Amino acid sequence: MNFMASKQPENSLLGPEADSQRTLYPYVTGTSVVALKYKDGILMAADMGGSYGSTLRYKSVERMKPIGKHSLLGASGEISDFQEILHYLDELILYDNMWDDGNSLGPKEVHNYLTRVMYNRRNKFNPLWNSLVLGGVKNGQKYLGTVSMIGVNFEDNHVATGFGNHLARPILRQEWHENLSFEDGVRLLEKCMRVLLYRDRSAINKLQIAKITEEGMTISQPYSLKTYWEFSAFANPAQGAVGSW
Amino acid sequence: MDLNMDLNAPHSMGTTIIGVTYNGGVVLGADSRTSTGMYVANRASDKITQLTDNVYVCRSGSAADSQLVSDYVRYFLHQHTIQLGQPATVKVAANLIRLLSYSNKNMLETGLIVGGWDKYEGGKIYGIPLGGTLIEQPFAIGGSGSSYLYGFFDQAWKEGMTKDEAEQLVVKAVSLAIARDGASGGVVRTVVINSEGVTRNFYPGDKLQLWHEELEPQNSLLDILNSPSPEPMNI
Repeated sequence: MNFMASKQPENSLLGPEADSQRTLYPYVTGTSVVALKYKDGILMAADMGGSYGSTLRYKSVERMKPIGKHSLLGASGEISDFQEILHYLDELILYDNMWDDGNSLGPKEVHNYLTRVMYNRRNKFNPLWNSLVLGGVKNGQKYLGTVSMIGVNFEDNHVATGFGNHLARPILRQEWHENLSFEDGVRLLEKCMRVLLYRDRSAINKLQIAKITEEGMTISQPYSLKTYWEFSAFANPAQGAVGSW
Repeated sequence: MDLNMDLNAPHSMGTTIIGVTYNGGVVLGADSRTSTGMYVANRASDKITQLTDNVYVCRSGSAADSQLVSDYVRYFLHQHTIQLGQPATVKVAANLIRLLSYSNKNMLETGLIVGGWDKYEGGKIYGIPLGGTLIEQPFAIGGSGSSYLYGFFDQAWKEGMTKDEAEQLVVKAVSLAIARDGASGGVVRTVVINSEGVTRNFYPGDKLQLWHEELEPQNSLLDILNSPSPEPMNI
């Protein structure tokens, strides 16, 4: 008799790892995060969608959070793993504050911590299914880095996760320059987010832009972007070749 | 259909579950069908389970997994209430569910909706889908039947409903899902939780509104045949 395959893997093959947790596939996921350095600090954008497979299930998920005084973390991928990372970071920041020595973890240190966590989980074949963007300013130094679920990490003047790698980074490579003003930075991010909205199936039209500078960080209220559909070729796609599609 | 396989398939709750906040509390709702493959193992199950006096949880997915998670959390919350000296908050209950769901994500197959009322935050609904994400929402839908309700709620949900509006919305929604989802059926159960306490309601299948292509139930064909033929119209 053939029983329906259960979710539980064959214990005999797993051995001692049978009880340990391993994320095999993500369930509730966030899509791209895009970020860039500008004159006063870092700007980061992410939409508020939490997809469940192809269903756009949750539409008010905050995928960017402040970390301590100097950093901003944005995440794509499995939301439950992102929530777990925030718990780890809560503890990290708490212990940092408990030293009460006037020193505080900057973005470079937090990025390094996250890299170690992600890479070590990958080595145990139990990854946190996220791509993270960590940005911040400390003592006038701007920092923007990224870590993937397999531990690949680097820092750059502009970064993106997921689809953003393919759609946003080429735009940023062309149009980013040193000492962008706040307005230009926001416009550039919005340009990227609009393209992602057109071309990424899991994107939703509800986003937030976060800013972090030496003074502190703010996350904007959720808002929507206007989109453009009034091309004549859109209204009449078959005009040039009647009967075609 | 391989009947042998279906009868031995793990008990699962196809299910439609809903949790809705209103002006003063929450309303939880669910269908009552528990199926093993194609067979309906229980047509009158109660999927809205008590965790504390003021917090309930709607269960979907694997019946066994959701029951065990509820039992553990009820146990933890009981101890927590004794230690705290006052009723547990909905947030704590939801976080305990999340803890179990997240840590055992590879082995569990259950989506839960936690709803309740406490004196600090009033009525709150938390969704905890597969994977163990914790998400606070003004309303939540879950289970296989919820696929048919995303559009309905996008249109029908409003902020600041009254208790009766909220309950009617929940009953209507579960009833609509039952009409289209083979894995949902039976009766509609609701639980209303607010500062005054908890009220359980029961809406039997034959008392629900009829939808498209559904007919008024009859005792027998004979009644139809024996009823007088319609009078000719007078123009």
